Amino acid sequence: MGSTDSTPGRIRKAPEGILSPQQAGQAHRARRGFMAKALAMGAGAAAAGAARAADGDPAILNLPAHTKSLGQPVAARGYGQPSAWEKNLQRRESPGLTRVSAASVSFTPLQGLFGIVTPNGLHFERHHQGWFDIDPSGHRLMVMGMVREPRVFTMDDLMRLPAVSRIHFIECGANTGMEWGNVAVPTVQYSHGMLACGEFTGVRLSTLLDMVGADTKNGRYVLAEGADGSSMTRTISMESALDDVMVAWAMNGEMLRPENGYPLRLVVPGVQGVSWVKYLRRIEVGDQPFHTKEEVLHYVDLMPDGTHRQFTSVQEVKSVITTPSGGQVLLDRGYYNVTGLAWSGRGRIERVDVSFDGGRNWRGARLEGPVLSKALTRFNVDWVWDGGPAILQSRAIDETGHVQPRIDQLRAVRGTRSIYHNNAIQSWRVSETGEVFNVQVF
Amino acid sequence: MCRSSDRAAGTRAGHGGLRRRGTRATAIAAGLLGATLFAAGAAPAQPWAGIGRAATPDEIRAWDIDVRADFKGLPPGSGSVARGQVVWETKCESCHGIFGESVEVFNPIVGGTTKDDIRTGRVANLARPDYPQRTTMMKLSQVSTLWDYINRAMPWNAPKSLTVEEVYATTAYILHLAEVVPADFVLSDRNIAEVQNRLPNRNGKLVYDEMWKVDGKPDVQGSDCMKDCATDVDIRSALPAHARASHGNLAEQNRVVGPFRGADTTRPPASEPGKLAAAASTQAAVTQVHVSRGTALKPPLEIAKDAACLACHSVDRKLVGPAFREIADRYKADAGAADFLALKVRSGGQGNWGAVPMPANPQLSEEDLQQLVKWILAGAR
Repeated sequence: MGSTDSTPGRIRKAPEGILSPQQAGQAHRARRGFMAKALAMGAGAAAAGAARAADGDPAILNLPAHTKSLGQPVAARGYGQPSAWEKNLQRRESPGLTRVSAASVSFTPLQGLFGIVTPNGLHFERHHQGWFDIDPSGHRLMVMGMVREPRVFTMDDLMRLPAVSRIHFIECGANTGMEWGNVAVPTVQYSHGMLACGEFTGVRLSTLLDMVGADTKNGRYVLAEGADGSSMTRTISMESALDDVMVAWAMNGEMLRPENGYPLRLVVPGVQGVSWVKYLRRIEVGDQPFHTKEEVLHYVDLMPDGTHRQFTSVQEVKSVITTPSGGQVLLDRGYYNVTGLAWSGRGRIERVDVSFDGGRNWRGARLEGPVLSKALTRFNVDWVWDGGPAILQSRAIDETGHVQPRIDQLRAVRGTRSIYHNNAIQSWRVSETGEVFNVQVF
Repeated sequence: MCRSSDRAAGTRAGHGGLRRRGTRATAIAAGLLGATLFAAGAAPAQPWAGIGRAATPDEIRAWDIDVRADFKGLPPGSGSVARGQVVWETKCESCHGIFGESVEVFNPIVGGTTKDDIRTGRVANLARPDYPQRTTMMKLSQVSTLWDYINRAMPWNAPKSLTVEEVYATTAYILHLAEVVPADFVLSDRNIAEVQNRLPNRNGKLVYDEMWKVDGKPDVQGSDCMKDCATDVDIRSALPAHARASHGNLAEQNRVVGPFRGADTTRPPASEPGKLAAAASTQAAVTQVHVSRGTALKPPLEIAKDAACLACHSVDRKLVGPAFREIADRYKADAGAADFLALKVRSGGQGNWGAVPMPANPQLSEEDLQQLVKWILAGAR
């Protein structure tokens, strides 16, 4: 990969074709021909012959194998897979974050995703004690506690009940947690990748509470418990339980993936992922919070005075530019569609602003529809990169008027050791070479 | 939604009419037989109200294992520090270390608390930014949580295998390691509340409603300034150069097309605009895809599938073309069959098995072709 100039198969883009040979040479040296090369490589490195710029693009001139042969039959793969060319986009662990992978987290590759729906195979994972693929015919949900009649539901039962489908984001409370004190990871996958959004289908928890005759007046809390080894438990407020909490079996048109709780999980819109209990086996109505391990030892926010805030659950207004983002390289000067995601656990996204000068000046981004409550919202904004240094930021405002803060504003109140609920504005520095770096700027 | 008065009232009536509108008969029926009898003349109930069944007392006992901060759910029993040490050394120590201090597998359990903390109920080290870690015992504000979690989830690889006595004993042993209870202590359901009053961080928690309620008030508000906003635009933090490849080669974590490539973090950042970084990363990305599609170990049936052979052939049944096993049968005595067949697959042909022509397959690699032919002639097994 030493000299691009001597590599066969190089092509030049159209504008250079109308320049004088000397001008073209200059322009080419400025750009190092990498875009052309990249395209040629991407289209199939082996196909690149010895074509000259004057002849045209070998990807056009030399008909590729797929144009000249028989393709795959239907149902060659009973369950479709992404193209082999997309293999770089994988869930990944962050090196050094955890020591055992059965109690770890894998991050969603936000840098390569589009729209607001996370592909099921790329939905981030968090397991406390490993995951299982549970036989749904043996799975049971028990609803008990302060109820008139404790009841048991099979999957057959649950899937007969009146179903709803809702699009919501799920974000781990510790998302961006490594960045409270300083920059710690290079890309948006690791800084913001404990985030996903999908269409969940299930029965409203209120329907089940209704069926068991829950005492919703005195029973102000609900415990949710999983069926896996950790039997993870979290307290949910009765207010949420009666509002929009769901007991879901489906995500994005198919049953939940085993890594995400198959066959049944709780969906607690707007609330951190740990409350979306997977492999859900039990709901208990009670008159006090339950003080589970994930409410006493973890998911507590350490304040500067040494106090831990407990039961911090709502994921507050937040946004991030996903492309361009840390670890990416801009291929050329000129126009870019800068794109990212915004969300709030308190409702809809009202507005997203983007800055290209490190927060000094801002302009509004285009919100793509649908803009849904407690769901990811995709934004886009035009940008022409002049080749100079730039610092990109996005800032979301939700329908309650809550403005996404800067990291220094958060630290002024909560210090630097909180781990959880870091909803700070993210900064990406674009260098003159086009490479993008994770930085903190204020 | 079920708080809306109409529906709640209707449901209550349907389930037994205990509060209003329902009949005594409905109440008895529902009470005796669960929610299966709604049909004749009952007050309006949701049509799905009969789905599911009542849980039995044994079922509830089997699953209702949670222990609350007020010790509701704590089974009677006891366990000594001495017994806890035996459990610890056989089932816990390998992950958590002899004294619960290990950071090898999980965060440390014990350490960072003092006798003074036991007196005040606040762990002083939590307020120190320079204190290097936060152990379980530094954070623990409810002893019930410790008991509950050991009971439900420990040991890590065999959760729910401890007896009630072992859970008490292990809890006692951890509390002893943290100097909360003496070496001869026996923890029980009768004295656990006293232990709660000695927890080093029992006063260290604040229930924070503003992020519990969806309509809570945020404690940190950003600025919506649009023009000439106050900022130094100083870079306060960035990854050091030596951490460039800490998360692997980012070229292999980005798409091979589009307006961006992943940076090749096996090299230092480029010194000039766009120089090599993008092209190199594309090369790396494409190479990686090729490598991961490597053919050497690909099963022959996969080769056949990928080369679209299965559009016309199957292993054991004639489709458009002959079954692979028919081919194997015909050529089993023919020493030159492999070369002949490879040529046929490569170039295509017509007439050996009927009038339908076999297309050429120039896309097959030589290795794949040889492997495929060998496999077909061996009976496609």
